[in-house]
Amino acid sequence: MSRVREFPLPDLGEGLTEGEILKWLVSVGDTVELNQPIVEVETAKAAVEIPAKWGGRVTAIFHEEGTVVDVGTPIFAVDTDPGAGDLPVPSAASLAAVELAPAEGAIEPGLIGGPAPGGRTAVLVGYGPKTGAAKRRPRKGAGPAGTPVPRSAPASVPAPVPAPTPVPAAAPVRQPATTPSPAPAAGTGTGSEALVLAKPPVRKLAKDLGVDLRTLTGSGPLGSITRDDVHLAVAGGGAEAEPASAARTTAGPAFGPDREQRIPVKGVRKLTAQNMVASAFTAPHVTEFLTVDVTRSMKALDRLRKRREWQEVRVSPLLLVAKAVLLAVGRHPMVNSTWTENEIVVKEYVNLGIAAATERGLIVPNIKDAGRLSLRELADAMTALVQTAKTGRTAPSDMSGGTLTITNVGVFGVDTGTPILPPGESAILAFGAIREMPWVHKGKIRVRSVTTLGLSFDHRIIDGELGSKFLRDVGDFLADPEAALLGWT
Amino acid sequence: MQLLTPDGDRIDKVTWSDGTEYRVDFTDEEYRGLYRDLVLVRKLDAEATALQRQGELGIWASLLGQEAAQVGSGRALRTQDMAFPTYREHGVLYCRGIDPIMPLGLFRGVDLGGWDPNEFKFNMYTIVIGAQTLHATGYAMGVNMDGRTGTDDGEAVIAYFGDGASAQGDVNEAFIWASVFNAPMVFFCQNNQYAISEPLERQTRIPLYQRAAGFGFPGVRVDGNDVLATYAVTRAALDNARHGQGPTLIEAYTYRMGAHTTTDDPTRYRIASEVEAWQAKDPIARVRTFLTKQGIADDAFLAEVDEQAKQEALRLRERVLEMPDPEPLTMFDNVFPHGSPEVDAQRELTARYMDSFEGSAH
Repeated sequence: MSRVREFPLPDLGEGLTEGEILKWLVSVGDTVELNQPIVEVETAKAAVEIPAKWGGRVTAIFHEEGTVVDVGTPIFAVDTDPGAGDLPVPSAASLAAVELAPAEGAIEPGLIGGPAPGGRTAVLVGYGPKTGAAKRRPRKGAGPAGTPVPRSAPASVPAPVPAPTPVPAAAPVRQPATTPSPAPAAGTGTGSEALVLAKPPVRKLAKDLGVDLRTLTGSGPLGSITRDDVHLAVAGGGAEAEPASAARTTAGPAFGPDREQRIPVKGVRKLTAQNMVASAFTAPHVTEFLTVDVTRSMKALDRLRKRREWQEVRVSPLLLVAKAVLLAVGRHPMVNSTWTENEIVVKEYVNLGIAAATERGLIVPNIKDAGRLSLRELADAMTALVQTAKTGRTAPSDMSGGTLTITNVGVFGVDTGTPILPPGESAILAFGAIREMPWVHKGKIRVRSVTTLGLSFDHRIIDGELGSKFLRDVGDFLADPEAALLGWT
Repeated sequence: MQLLTPDGDRIDKVTWSDGTEYRVDFTDEEYRGLYRDLVLVRKLDAEATALQRQGELGIWASLLGQEAAQVGSGRALRTQDMAFPTYREHGVLYCRGIDPIMPLGLFRGVDLGGWDPNEFKFNMYTIVIGAQTLHATGYAMGVNMDGRTGTDDGEAVIAYFGDGASAQGDVNEAFIWASVFNAPMVFFCQNNQYAISEPLERQTRIPLYQRAAGFGFPGVRVDGNDVLATYAVTRAALDNARHGQGPTLIEAYTYRMGAHTTTDDPTRYRIASEVEAWQAKDPIARVRTFLTKQGIADDAFLAEVDEQAKQEALRLRERVLEMPDPEPLTMFDNVFPHGSPEVDAQRELTARYMDSFEGSAH
């Protein structure tokens, strides 16, 4: 009998699977008494001290502080009779001799309904029933010893189940978006359109993994489809699925065997779709266009950039467009309003939205009360807003409450468009590319910087006259900003 | 209501606002006995907590800090009185003469608790919060109907619960039934200040004992860290009940020094200074001071109690580690008092299934 006892990390709180070693309170060689605190361990539920289960001398500490250790793994060893001379066996050998409970693999901590060891689903307490093949004694009188022979239902022939190993499909479960669908099934389909037997969690899993249950042959009771069947089906198509999903993040679309790709509608895309549909079929849109010679604006920007206090500032034509819009709103407040069923809410403040294309998709953060900002403050706000948006860190509060929006489609090199109103707003201005074009200037054809503005507005509130005047004012400002400033303010 | 201050000074008697006078009159031997109970109960509890940390128990609900409330009320029970505990009444269980190993089988998951509630007049631990107050009230109404109240040797019933349970519907229903039917009940609320992580101010806007007035019976608040006062108040309430005077609510004002259970981390919801303040009101330290000051106990006695506690804790540990895993077929044993055809059939099926394995003993 070994005198050295190894202490496996217990489940410290009803269904926990791992713990982090916070602090060792003893060192190797220390003599400890029964119930003396040995180590602080933090689990998902609590940080606790573990008392020594045996008195003696600490012979080994297996994990450093900060290590996350699975439940059941030895964390320290104690020589329970240190006075009896040297140890008969080296501790490494004794470590190897320790029979461990089979590791269950990586765990997603605390995710109810999330993936769990052995392909199980985490439930409120613990991790639900085990799905892996349990270690059983062989049945009596059933062929050669050790060969499990099914007794009754032929459907119970077990597939080769690599039971307690980590589930390889854990990643696709969490990122269903990258999984092409439908994945080819391992078992050939029965082709039956009849009822498919599968438990709800298995159906959920199949849905997440894009597996068509009708194409599978169930190995469970009564031919029902099990979790393992679904995983096997995915594994069968894994060779194709793997590179495809990897490619999607960098290159273009990844196509399945049917040469079609299915992208789940979610996140920003889903929100955008909902907003656009809500807006397009609620607010009667009118769009007007105006082509403007913005040469003077461009020159004004150049002069602005040369001023000392503006040298550090990012100055773009969009800044002047924003200024033009804000000033024009001052002259036509009705443009900055919201239609509700009973009333029109006209706002004194302008939360100016700037549509930004980001990796996550289209988002429209807005600058709160932009009308009160100086040009310099406006420039800083716009720079900050766009940079935050590009890094995907825009706060939800920055995306709500917009009252009027500018979309700068010009950066994509197009002339203009007919933008759709963000829900709750009554006007949106599209700002096209600025091109050098032949233009009649002072009676002669000159090369001038020209752009096209497109204004969509909600005809329930804004009639053609008001919309036209507003657009005209924005254009006037951009055509001659100095004169507009002098004339309007 | 206090008869022993945190500094270990005795208060001779206290008159409650309703005119009741509370006092205790113990012999030196009895004082020493109460001290021994307190120390043993705490030590066994600490051992159980350690066993859980070492993976030998699934969970443990520690009574640390509540020893006086449990020993005081537990010792106040007369032999014929019936108690309905929660899952934390290890101290009361000890006072009822039940082997302290019993609840460890429950928390180790190898049996259902194991003691005979009728033999020890101590019901099984109830995990459902507050449910036992209804069981107790029903039992107490039965005592009335059996005509076992109204005399000195009448039977009284005590139901334990906590401040969190006081907000449960069950407890309030039990108050109503007990009140309306004049059941021989003592509602013993250990107000340990926390319903897991929810502080008392989330349970009530008035002192809990004052709730009794609304239900039509008296309520008393006692220093739950004072074993003498707890004893006096509980004994008086039980005696009232056994004489047919109806229910009483006792609020034992105490503090849970440890976690709600071993699965909980109290540092996440309460501050260290609060725990420290209660540390100064420790239920055992004040008895020790009192015994020493009064010359009732000497160092040899205190050391002997500590040693006894240590030995009993060791014995508890050894016995816990030796607890056998339950035989699978025993799960059918206590479903119905005299079995049922359905359960019997299931038992037989299971036995046959288990017999189908090689090396099966069944």
